[in-house]
Amino acid sequence: MALNQYLILSAFLFCTGVYGVLARRNGVLVLLSVELMLNAVNINLVAFAAFTKQISGQVFALFVITIAAAEVGVGLAIVLLIYRNMHSPDLDRVDQLKG
Amino acid sequence: MLSNAWLIPLIPAVGFVLILFFGKHLPRKGSEIAITTVGASFVLACIVLIQWIQRVNDHDGGGALRGFGRAVLPAGEGGLTAVDHSFTWWQNGAVRFGVGTHLDGLAVMMLFMVTFVSLLVHVYSTTYMEGDRRYTHYFALLNLFTASMLLLVVADNTLELLIGWELVGFCSFALIGHWWEEKPNSDAAVKAFLTTRVGDVGLMIGIIVLFFAAGSFDIATINAKALGGDISHTLLLVSASCLLIGIIGKSGQFPLHTWLPDAMAGPTPVSALIHAATMVVAGVYLGARLYPVFFRGFSIGDGGLNAMALIGGVTIIIGAVLAFVQRDIKKVLAYSTISQLGYMVMALGVGAWVAAIFHLFTHAFFKALLFLGAGSVSHSGSHHSFDMKSDMGGLRKYMPVTFVTFVIGSLALAGIFPLAGFWSKDEILVTAGDAGFTAFLVVGLFGAFLTAAYMTRCVYLTFFGEFRGHGEPHESPPTLTVPLVLLSVMSIAAGFLNAEAFGIENFREWFEGAVALPPLRHPSFNSLMAVVSVTVAVIGIGIAAYLWFQREELGPFRNLTQRNAAARAGYRFLENKYYLDDLYDNVIVGGIKGPIARASYWVNQHVIDGVVNAIGRGTAAAARETYDVIDQKVVDGAVNGLAETTGETGGLLRYIQSGRVQRYALTLFAAVGALSLALWLVY
Repeated sequence: MALNQYLILSAFLFCTGVYGVLARRNGVLVLLSVELMLNAVNINLVAFAAFTKQISGQVFALFVITIAAAEVGVGLAIVLLIYRNMHSPDLDRVDQLKG
Repeated sequence: MLSNAWLIPLIPAVGFVLILFFGKHLPRKGSEIAITTVGASFVLACIVLIQWIQRVNDHDGGGALRGFGRAVLPAGEGGLTAVDHSFTWWQNGAVRFGVGTHLDGLAVMMLFMVTFVSLLVHVYSTTYMEGDRRYTHYFALLNLFTASMLLLVVADNTLELLIGWELVGFCSFALIGHWWEEKPNSDAAVKAFLTTRVGDVGLMIGIIVLFFAAGSFDIATINAKALGGDISHTLLLVSASCLLIGIIGKSGQFPLHTWLPDAMAGPTPVSALIHAATMVVAGVYLGARLYPVFFRGFSIGDGGLNAMALIGGVTIIIGAVLAFVQRDIKKVLAYSTISQLGYMVMALGVGAWVAAIFHLFTHAFFKALLFLGAGSVSHSGSHHSFDMKSDMGGLRKYMPVTFVTFVIGSLALAGIFPLAGFWSKDEILVTAGDAGFTAFLVVGLFGAFLTAAYMTRCVYLTFFGEFRGHGEPHESPPTLTVPLVLLSVMSIAAGFLNAEAFGIENFREWFEGAVALPPLRHPSFNSLMAVVSVTVAVIGIGIAAYLWFQREELGPFRNLTQRNAAARAGYRFLENKYYLDDLYDNVIVGGIKGPIARASYWVNQHVIDGVVNAIGRGTAAAARETYDVIDQKVVDGAVNGLAETTGETGGLLRYIQSGRVQRYALTLFAAVGALSLALWLVY
């Protein structure tokens, strides 16, 4: 398989993630979209590792997975607190920082 | 003790402070402090006097040469030297301002005389002022006065002398106005203060001129330079003339004598102490202190007319004549004081230095005696009135001690042999005649005649005839009579200190010693002159006594003023005191006051107010302009503009601060996209 196919898949997944981050109202879904973006990056890293026969890409991918797990932990905690305070997971209502 | 004479003025000064702070709480309201401190000063002054006399005697070999008319050698040429004790107050370049004491014969004599009279007056006052509402205050000021007078006496430089001079002037002011609730008293106080101030200006200018002429404030230096011819005659004449104005003001000389009779508004002991015995002789003391300046300045040694003798001579007659028309016993004595001070100034003016201070010495005793006698009369005989014609008369029966002492004082004043006034007055006349001042000799004799006559009138009106007052006259208590007796003893005895007829010249030997003096004439006793002066005085007494005693109320002169227009005019002229007060009040003061006030008002209204108003209007206009243009437009404009700009910018910027996370993320991704696009385009 050529490298391009992995890259296209990865680009597609990333764009899906970006769309989800920008367009979704629900905080949980935004977090899921962030996961999509991270995994798109992981695909890229693994693909390039296989392509260049170097192990460091896979090591990076493992780090990203680890960090992503931590990020989800923090992110879900934030979303839970938003829900408790606002009685809804809607991110549009969290705009107290507006100027 | 001679070098520690500074204690003598210091003790009453400390007493003054103590009385002010603690006097009211003491059982005798502060008078005990006053008497103690002045008594201590008197004791010290006596010690100083005795030590001084010993010093003089040691110097001329136990007085073996006494009485031979031996000239006293001037200080610095093997003669007796003064005792100086001085320290530097402050120094400015080469000019030294010292504080210290300069003790010579003159100062020693004054120390004794001032403390003696002051002590007696203090004792007298405890009874005379009893129950007064400002009793403590009175004694405090009396003490301050004594301290100031003693400071003036011991001063070794002209500045220190000036301080004492002004302080006695102030005390005089405060004590004349002691009963200031009554307007005439406070008026008299102000008049005394302002009139003597006129003289003080002269004194101050004189001191300044002397300082620049001699390069020092030191009295001994000034005298030495004046004697040594180091100062030009013109400068000496100028400074002597200025100092003479000071003497005229302080010692009640014509034409500034008008304050002294009014000063009788004060309590009688004050009149005795200040306005007869001590303060008013400060002027004469100044003349004696700086005698070389006057002697050289007025060329007294050359004979001929000089301002000092002239002023003195005029004052003798002016004062004596006015004493005839007074109803108030104290005013008679006041005019008599003026007249006697005239003798002293005239004596200085004719070169009779010793005679002048001898007369000063004797006059202090008999004039204090007369004043205290008058006080005794008013205290116990006439219900606090001093009017001889309406409240006195016939008091000799009720007040024998006062009567006898008063008569002794009057005879001493009139110059009857052998009382004190005879010796001193006689010496003045002899010296005047000897130095060729015949005119002043005649004036002095005429003055003696007038003195004898007006004192006879005064004694007659007070003590003879029928009692015209009301109430029960009685003799005064011992606190009043004991000082009278002591003073009358002095009035008899003091003259014998210099009784030249008996070859006694102690006074001259003791008190001329160490004083810087020009060569003076010391004429020997002239028995003809003595006979003439006593005869003149006896004639004065005789005529006055004939008029009042024999022919009851003036005899042929009775009602003369009603019958004769010329006599009436003369009487009115005297009654109005030569119109001098009118001259001062209406012509000089009024003439200066009115136009100056009008001119000042005009200047105030037109110039000062105009300037102020113009400045005000200009300031207001400038302020308005500032407000309109600078404040409103520039400052406010800048501030508002800044605020508006900031607001508008903020309004624009707030759109990017929506607070929505997803918008921020969109911006982020858009930026990343845009930058990536740019990167891609560039490469």
